[in-house]
Amino acid sequence: MKFAVIVFPGSNCDIDMYEALHTVLGVEVDYVSYRAESLAGYDAVMLPGGFSYGDYLRAGAIARFAPIIPAVKKMAAAGKLVLGVCNGFQILTEIGLLPGALKQNESQQFVAETSTLLVANDQTPFTHKYQVNQRLAIPIAHGEGCYYADQTLLDELERKQQIVFRYVNNPNGSVNDIAGICNEEGNVLGMMPHPERAVEAILGSADGLGLFQSMVEKQVQA
Amino acid sequence: MSRVRIYVTYKPSVFDPQGATILDTIQTALGHQEVSQVTVGKFFDLTLPAANLDASVKEIAEKLLVNVNMETYRYEVLEEAE
Amino acid sequence: MKQAMTPEEIKERKPYLDWSLSEKEYDYISQKLLHRLPNYTEVGLFSAMWSEHCSYKKSKPVLRLFPTKGERVIQGPGEGAGVVDIDDGQAVVFKAESHNHPTTVEPYQGAATGVGGILRDVFSMGARPVAILDSEHFGEIKADPVMRYKLAETVKGVGDYGNCMGIPNLGGETFFDACYQGNILLNAMCVGLMETKYLEQGNASGVGNSVMYVGADTGRDGIHGATFASADFSKEHETQRSAVQVGDPFMEKLLLEACLELIQNHREWIVGIQDMGAAGLVSSTAEMATEGGAGMELNLDLVPQREGGMSAYEIMLSESQERMVICVKAGHEADVKEIFDRYQLHCAVIGKIIDQPRYILHHDGQVVCDLPVTSLTSDVLEQPGEEKKPARLNQPAAKWEPVVKDAGAILRQLLAQPTLADKTYITRQYDSQVRTNTLVKPGSDSGVLRVRGSHKAIAMCADTASRYVYLDPEIGGQRSVVEAAANIVASGATPLAITDCLNYGDPNDPEIYWELHHSVMGIAKACEVLATPVVSGNVSLYNENDGQAIYPSPMIGMVGLIKNYDHTIPMKPQNLGDYVYLVGDLTDNFAGSELQKLLTGKISGALDQLDLAKLHRTMEQLLKAEQTGLVASCHDLSEGGLATAASEMLFGTGFGLKLQVPGPISQLFSEPAGSFLVTVAKEKAASFTKQVPQARLLGEVTNSHRLEITTDDQVLNQNMNDLEKIWKEAIPCLMKSKA
Repeated sequence: MKFAVIVFPGSNCDIDMYEALHTVLGVEVDYVSYRAESLAGYDAVMLPGGFSYGDYLRAGAIARFAPIIPAVKKMAAAGKLVLGVCNGFQILTEIGLLPGALKQNESQQFVAETSTLLVANDQTPFTHKYQVNQRLAIPIAHGEGCYYADQTLLDELERKQQIVFRYVNNPNGSVNDIAGICNEEGNVLGMMPHPERAVEAILGSADGLGLFQSMVEKQVQA
Repeated sequence: MSRVRIYVTYKPSVFDPQGATILDTIQTALGHQEVSQVTVGKFFDLTLPAANLDASVKEIAEKLLVNVNMETYRYEVLEEAE
Repeated sequence: MKQAMTPEEIKERKPYLDWSLSEKEYDYISQKLLHRLPNYTEVGLFSAMWSEHCSYKKSKPVLRLFPTKGERVIQGPGEGAGVVDIDDGQAVVFKAESHNHPTTVEPYQGAATGVGGILRDVFSMGARPVAILDSEHFGEIKADPVMRYKLAETVKGVGDYGNCMGIPNLGGETFFDACYQGNILLNAMCVGLMETKYLEQGNASGVGNSVMYVGADTGRDGIHGATFASADFSKEHETQRSAVQVGDPFMEKLLLEACLELIQNHREWIVGIQDMGAAGLVSSTAEMATEGGAGMELNLDLVPQREGGMSAYEIMLSESQERMVICVKAGHEADVKEIFDRYQLHCAVIGKIIDQPRYILHHDGQVVCDLPVTSLTSDVLEQPGEEKKPARLNQPAAKWEPVVKDAGAILRQLLAQPTLADKTYITRQYDSQVRTNTLVKPGSDSGVLRVRGSHKAIAMCADTASRYVYLDPEIGGQRSVVEAAANIVASGATPLAITDCLNYGDPNDPEIYWELHHSVMGIAKACEVLATPVVSGNVSLYNENDGQAIYPSPMIGMVGLIKNYDHTIPMKPQNLGDYVYLVGDLTDNFAGSELQKLLTGKISGALDQLDLAKLHRTMEQLLKAEQTGLVASCHDLSEGGLATAASEMLFGTGFGLKLQVPGPISQLFSEPAGSFLVTVAKEKAASFTKQVPQARLLGEVTNSHRLEITTDDQVLNQNMNDLEKIWKEAIPCLMKSKA
């Protein structure tokens, strides 16, 4: 099981993702530059948080043109696991791997705190180590995290169980308290909260470990 | 009543980082080398009485919408109605 | 600017007076340093380089009082930032800088670029910035919607820049007082970590080596920012056009990564590196040449420019952000350029080191400046100010005796004062966990950060005690350092060293110079006794608005070391039934306290002398107890005294405290320097009191979620849920108010 952490200009949670995988989980992981054009040899792709291209224009809007993006799409199409956290989630919606969009928080303020998430779907490759309705303490830190989808899309997401995480106390105005969604196939997950910041109890929470363990085990089974 | 649109941008002497980054993307990612400048700004639509319009807009813009230390503005009357 | 004045016209018409260069200085430069009349460009360079902001000409005689050496000090003041050894070949690098005037004029960009500037100071040393702290002083927000706007924008500016860079904000302070109504203070501090072997200095030398420019293009923004920062601040500046810059954290992030790649992988290619801060290109290059004992020749036509038609003067004085100067060894220019190209950053050779000690500038095919290097730097005339003890200090008001009829009501009012109230409104806008090393987030005594790959942690805080400094500059200066040390010790760390931002009014006022001098004496004394040398810092004078000076407000940024992060001490009680001790003594002197301000609307009175040696001894004892696992939690007493500190310890927990405190109830609100509330497990009580003999048992941790304190004359008994509600809602409520 080999992970790729994509580094865009302005990514800043790349190291957090790398350390969570490498130091805490002890799995194989490489940084891969946004300039690369292939992801051959990797089993999972992580789009980390941060401010790619300064979040200028819209968060994730410019990263869409990075040379690595076609390779990310290819991985998704091949059924490999793709996780986008925070800015990575924004990029996944901008490149069309996930539906909907992320708007500025309702408060118009950046919000950094530990949020409580509810696992809404425990049948995905990212969440099968959790139980449905399990509560997780996972940090959030974003200014544009208000998930938006029109009613038709929302109904579809609910019907197809694509909503993977919900907030217990909605911090940003997301519709239906959505914190994370997956694609129809279930192999692409985008979420605003940072599971990679919740892998060591000494830093406040280890509730995010289950997500990475789910990914690793799923891959081993496959 | 008049509808007025006030456009606010940085003064030409102030660096516009968003504009510069977007310009770079237009040129390099989209290949539009012919584009030479991008300015990012914001606009405000206000509806207000036509009387004293210029003075009102000036005050609203300079005291609230614009930081005259670094921004500039212009405005246009979109339409006039009774 | 096309038809620049001739040297003779300049002598005649004295335009330099508007740029804050005095006639005496102009004459000295012409007659003693150059032996000719300086031209227009040169006068512009002198006026910036001889400003207080760049030269410290006023404050330097006073700054020499600071102790700057110590066993662990690798680099003291004078470089981008101070460097302090933390063992194992690692060092902590830190500095604070003021951005008061820009933040007052344009809070969002002023605060953002303040953060950007201090980050560059740290990474130009070869360190990776790992934390930001911010000390903010605002006017009262209750009846002033403009001040509320400035608060909101300042916080957003600090947050957006740091968040975008991915550097956690580990704390600081927010203080409110009417003296800052027309002149807010924004001091930003950055802490970095490095392998000591990568230490870089702002140094240029070696004839034939190249001077390279990297980062953002130069535009007309911020011209004369340095002199702007050194001039009295009055209403007319609200229309000042070009002094504000716009920050570009994305460019800064690229610059950071590129510079660290260069320094850590290819150190042998370069001689030195420096940020272009105040007075931009001239200040950075002239300082580097002075430091290296070298001469320098630059061709301004080679400087990457954002706008056409810039004059030499504008190019040299631009304060465009996110730029650095590097002295590169001859032959490695292309290698260096390759790195910056990869990060899509502009990079150009703009000049070289020459064998004459001259500072020569070419522009449009002409020599526009030819000066001795040191005339811009070390030859600046020092100007120790005239001093006079402020009239208010000659006859301090008689001792004020508070009448506390209902201690519960007083405590509830205190907790709603914005200076004491919950700052989540602010800290929630700052990412404090990015990079996943944060052990203690903002809201405790200090922020604490793990040093990845080790068992060490560093603690950091930023503190000001301006009311005390106002009442007695010397004792107040001591108090500022003691307060910072108490915060560091409360978190379990050994204080290492300090940085400072000295924020004062107009130093040409003899009373203000006296305040500066005596508060620095106080700071210096406390630093000596507490063994925390000054390793970096900055001076911000002329903090006035229409002739009204702020309180003298020296900000102390302190960093401490925790050798084993398992011994990081939390602020909140951990176990039911633990004993509660007071380390330190309450006092009946309320001069300068939050209680005095609350009940009388002003502060007055004389301060008691501090016994620094005793405070130091007590802190060392407490530290030893912490490091041997005897302490469960610890919090220092500051604004609002014991009652407030006890409340803060209980917020967010289910615990209560039941205490017996001898003396009148008013003393629960006194603010003794360097005192602590400590909780200790019962079975460790004997060892603890042996280790800290001064500790006095007050009571224990309960599960009632009430604060119950019995004193000689009254009982305080408050429901913690009620107190927490008041404390939490105060600032959000004020920010939403319509008044």
